[in-house]
Amino acid sequence: MLAEVVISNFIPPGVDMQRFAPEIILTIAGTLLMVLDPLFAKRFPKLFGHLSILALLAAIGGAVAAYAVPGMAFSNLLIIDGFGTFFRVLVLVIGILTVLSSYRYLDIAKAETGEYHALILFSIVGQCLMVAANDLIMIFIGLEISSIASYVLAGYLRDDKRNNESAIKYFLLGSFATGFLLYGIALIYGITDSTKLSQIAQVLSTPGSVPAFGMVGIAAGLMFVGLAFKVSGAPFQIWTPDVYQGAPAPVSAFLGTAPKAAAFAIFLRIFMTIFQQVASGWEPLLWISALLSMTIGNFAALAQTNVKRMLAYSSIAHAGYVLVALAARSEIGTAAAMFYLAAYALMNVGAFAVVIHMAGKGERHVKISDLAGLGQRQPVTAALFTIFILSFIGVPLTGGFFGKFYIFRAALHSNLVWLTVLGLLNSAVAAYYYLRLLVVMYMNEPGEAVDNIEPLTPGLRAALILPAIGTLVLGILPGAILNFAQNSTLPGAK
Amino acid sequence: MNLLDLVIAIPAVGFVLTLVIPRAQEQAIRMFTLAVSLLAFVLSIGLATGFQSGQPGQQFVTDVVWIANPEIHWHVGIDGLSLWLIILSTFLTPICILISWRLIKERSKEFFAFLLLLEFGLIGVFAAWDLFVFYVFWEIVLVPMYFLIGIWGHDRRIYAAVKFFLYTFAASVLMLTGIIFVYNRAGTFDYAQILSAIASGKLTFTHLEETLLFLGFFLAFAVKVPLWPVHTWLPDAHVEAPSPGSVMLASVMLKMGCYGLIRFCLPMFPTAAHENAWWIQILAIIGILYGALVAMVQPNLKKLVAYSSVSHLGFVVLGIFSFTQLGLDGATYVMLAHGISTGALFMLVGFLYERRHSLAIVDYGGVATAAPWLTTMFMITMLASVGLPTLCNFIGEFLVLQGAAQAHFTWTIFAALGPIFAACYLLWMFQRVFFGELSDEVKHHMPDLNLREWACVVPLVIMMVWMGVYTQTFLAPVSEANMKILNQTSTTARVVMPAAGGAPAAGGAPAAGGMKHAR
Repeated sequence: MLAEVVISNFIPPGVDMQRFAPEIILTIAGTLLMVLDPLFAKRFPKLFGHLSILALLAAIGGAVAAYAVPGMAFSNLLIIDGFGTFFRVLVLVIGILTVLSSYRYLDIAKAETGEYHALILFSIVGQCLMVAANDLIMIFIGLEISSIASYVLAGYLRDDKRNNESAIKYFLLGSFATGFLLYGIALIYGITDSTKLSQIAQVLSTPGSVPAFGMVGIAAGLMFVGLAFKVSGAPFQIWTPDVYQGAPAPVSAFLGTAPKAAAFAIFLRIFMTIFQQVASGWEPLLWISALLSMTIGNFAALAQTNVKRMLAYSSIAHAGYVLVALAARSEIGTAAAMFYLAAYALMNVGAFAVVIHMAGKGERHVKISDLAGLGQRQPVTAALFTIFILSFIGVPLTGGFFGKFYIFRAALHSNLVWLTVLGLLNSAVAAYYYLRLLVVMYMNEPGEAVDNIEPLTPGLRAALILPAIGTLVLGILPGAILNFAQNSTLPGAK
Repeated sequence: MNLLDLVIAIPAVGFVLTLVIPRAQEQAIRMFTLAVSLLAFVLSIGLATGFQSGQPGQQFVTDVVWIANPEIHWHVGIDGLSLWLIILSTFLTPICILISWRLIKERSKEFFAFLLLLEFGLIGVFAAWDLFVFYVFWEIVLVPMYFLIGIWGHDRRIYAAVKFFLYTFAASVLMLTGIIFVYNRAGTFDYAQILSAIASGKLTFTHLEETLLFLGFFLAFAVKVPLWPVHTWLPDAHVEAPSPGSVMLASVMLKMGCYGLIRFCLPMFPTAAHENAWWIQILAIIGILYGALVAMVQPNLKKLVAYSSVSHLGFVVLGIFSFTQLGLDGATYVMLAHGISTGALFMLVGFLYERRHSLAIVDYGGVATAAPWLTTMFMITMLASVGLPTLCNFIGEFLVLQGAAQAHFTWTIFAALGPIFAACYLLWMFQRVFFGELSDEVKHHMPDLNLREWACVVPLVIMMVWMGVYTQTFLAPVSEANMKILNQTSTTARVVMPAAGGAPAAGGAPAAGGMKHAR
C-alpha cells in the first residue's frame, strides 16, 4: 500500500504521458537514428530520412492525441491547449517538409547520415516542448534543446567554410541572446517567487503584491531582447542573413520557420499572459521593432543578389509583420500571428525547396540570376515557385495575402493606424524584389544554371507541391485553420 | 449557382483546364480558350437579356458565406453599371484570343491561360458586392497582366511590367487599409449593408477619417484610371505590351478604376467626394489637355493611342465628379465607348505592327494604297475615337461636357478643347500612316485584312455604330444605376441636379434628351 503511493508519486499518470507523446516519440526516434547510423549509413542512406518522416507523422498523431486530453501535465510544467497544439503540429509539418527537401541536398553533398536527421528531430523536440511549456524554466530548456541542435545543423557540412561561419555566428550570438532571456527569467523569479506562468500572472495581477513594478518592466525588456533575437526582429536581426546564407539550404529553410514559429509562440505566451499589466511599457517596443524589422528587412532585401540572403532579409521583414500582430495585443492579433506563421512557414519552405533544386553541388547556383529561364525549362517548378512568390508578396488567393490581411485587420482593430499604413506600404516595397525573381524566371533567357538542371526528384517534388497546396488552401479556404487559431488564442489576451 | 456565377466561373475553370492541356498541342489550346471565352460571352449576353430594368438593387445575386470569421461572403450581383462592363470584358476576350492566334508563337499555353485568368479577374471586379471579394479580384487582375506584358512584350517589357505592377499594387494597399478600416467600423464587408448603414446614420466617420478613407480609395482608383499625374505607368505598359495585352489594358482594365470611383468612392464617402471634387476635376482637365498635347507629338503609334487614353479617361473623371446625372451617365458611356474604340485602335495598330514590325509613324506611309480595307476600318475607328457623331465616343463626351457645364461652366470650356485636340492628333497620325508616298517596305509587307482579322474588326465596328446610333440599349440601365448612386452620394444635400427621389423613368429622361440631341 505504502509502496504504491510512493511509486505513483514518482511515476506521472498515463495521461501526462499522453500529453507528452510527441516529445517521447521524437526522442526515441532520434536516439534510434543515431544507433542505426553506423549500421545503415553505407547501404541505405535514404533510410534515415524515411524513418524521420515516419517519426514526425507519428508525432503529429501524438500531438493530436495529446490535444484529446487538454490540460496541465507534470505538476503544471506543461500545458496542452489549442495554442500549443497548433504550434506543435506546425513545427512537425515543417520538419516533414524539411526532411523531404533534404534528400536531394544530402545526396549531392554525400552527407546522408542519421546524425543530421536526429538533430532535426531533437530540435523539433525542443520546439514542441517550448510551445507547450507553462513554466519559464521549461521554456528555457526547450529553447536550448532547439537552439543547440540548430547550431550544429547550421554547421552540418563541417568542411564547408561558410557552414562554419554560419554555425559560429549563430552560436555566439544565440547564446548571448539566451543570456538576456535567462536574466529576465531570474528577475521574474526574484519578484514573484515562481517560474510557473499561471502563478506569475496571478501574482502580478494582484495589486500591491509586487514591490517594484519597474523591475517587472526590466524583466519584460530583457526577455524581449532574448526573444526578438530568436525571431530575428530588428534591431536584433543582424545575424540572420549571414547564418541563413552560410547554412546548408534545407537547414536555412528549417531555421527560418520552425524555431522562429516556436519562438513566436513563447513570445506570445509570455507577453500575453504574464506581462499584460505592464503592457503600456512594452507595446511601443513591439511596434518600433515591428516597423524597424519590416523596413530594414525589405529595403536590405532590395539589394541582394543571392537568393538565400534575399530570403533571409525577407524573413526579417515577415517577422516584422508578425510583430505587428503582436503589437495589436488582442485575440485576433494572436490568431493572426498564428495564421501568418503557418502561411509563412509553407511559403518559405517551398521557396527554399526551389533553392535546393537549383543549387547543385556545393551550392553553386544560388544567385538570383541563376534562375534565369526556369519558366521555360521547367514550367511546373517555376509555376510552384510563382505561387510562393505571390504568397510572399501578398497577392489574393494565397495564404500570404490572407495572413497579411488578417494581421493588419488586427492592427487596425487596436487603432495602430500608422503602423498598418506603413506596414502595407512596406509590402509594396517588398513586391519589387519578389517580382525580380519572377522577372528572372520568366522573362530572361535560360542561363547556364538552368540549362544543366536536372528534373525534380520525388522528395523535392513533394516538398514543393505540398506547401503549394497548403498555400492555396490557406488563401482560398482558410476557414478551418482560422477557426482553430481563433478558438485557441491565449486566455490572457485582452 | 446562377448565371452570373457561371459567367465568372467559366474563365477560371477554363484557365485551370488550359494548364492541363499538353504544351505541344498549340492549336488545341487556342481552340479551347476561344471556345471557353465564347461560351462566357454567350452566357453574359443572357445577363443583358435577363436584366430587368426598374428593379432596385442588384440582380443575379448570389450571397453565400465564403469564410466564416471574419465574415466574408461570396456576394456577387450586377446593376446597370456592372452589366455592360462585364459584357465588355467577355466581348473583348475572344477577340483578343483571335488577335493572338498567330501573333503569339512562344509559350502560347501560358499566354492563352493568362488571358482567361485576366477575364476571370475582370468580371469578378465588376460583379463583386463584398469589399473583400472586390479587393481579391482587383489584385488577381494584376498577375496575368504583369506576365502578359513581361513575357510577351516588346524591348523594355520588364521595366514596364514591373512598373505597372508596383504602381498599382502600392496604390491598392492603401485601399486595403481603407477596406479593413471600414470593416472594423461596420462589422461587415458586405457593401449593401455598409451602404445602408451609412444611409441610416449607423455608420459614420469623422471628417478626418472620411477624408483619409476617401483618399485611400481614390488613389488606388486614380492610378488605375489613370488620372494625371499618376498616369506614367500607362504609356510604358501600353507600348511594351503585346497588342492583345494593350487591348485588354485599355479597354477593360482602365475601367476598373473608373468603376471603383463611381461604385465605391462616391456613395461611401459623399462628403469627402464633394469637398475634394474641385481639385480632382482640375486634374481631370489637365489630364484631358495634357494627354492630348502629348499624344500630338508622339512618334510612336502605340504611345499616341496610350496618351489619347489619358485624355479620354480625363473625361470620365470629369463626368464622375460633376455629380450630375448627365455627367455620370456620360462618364459611363465614355468608359464603354473608349473600351470599344481604343481597344479597336490598339488592335489595328497591332495589325500594322504584325505586318511592318514597327511602331514608329515614320516607318509607314501610303498604307491606304496597299491595304484599303484595313485603312477603312482604321478610319472608322479613328473617327470614333475623335468623337464623330453617330459613332460611339461622341455621345459620352457630349454628356460629360453637358454635365460638367451644369456643375462648372468655366471648366467645360477647357475640357471641350479635348475633342478638338483629339481630331488634330488622330487625323494627323492617320494622314502620315495611311496617305502619302508608298515606300517599298510598306508595299511588300502590307497585305489587307485576312479572314481572322475581319472577324476581330467587324464586331467592334458594329458596336461603334450601334453605340453611336442607338444609345438607349446601353444608356438606360446605366442611368438607372447612376441615379441610385447619385442619390446615395447626395446625402449631404449638395447636389447640382436634384435627381433624388425621382422614379427611374423620370431620372432617365434628361439622359434620353441628351441622347436625342446627340442624334
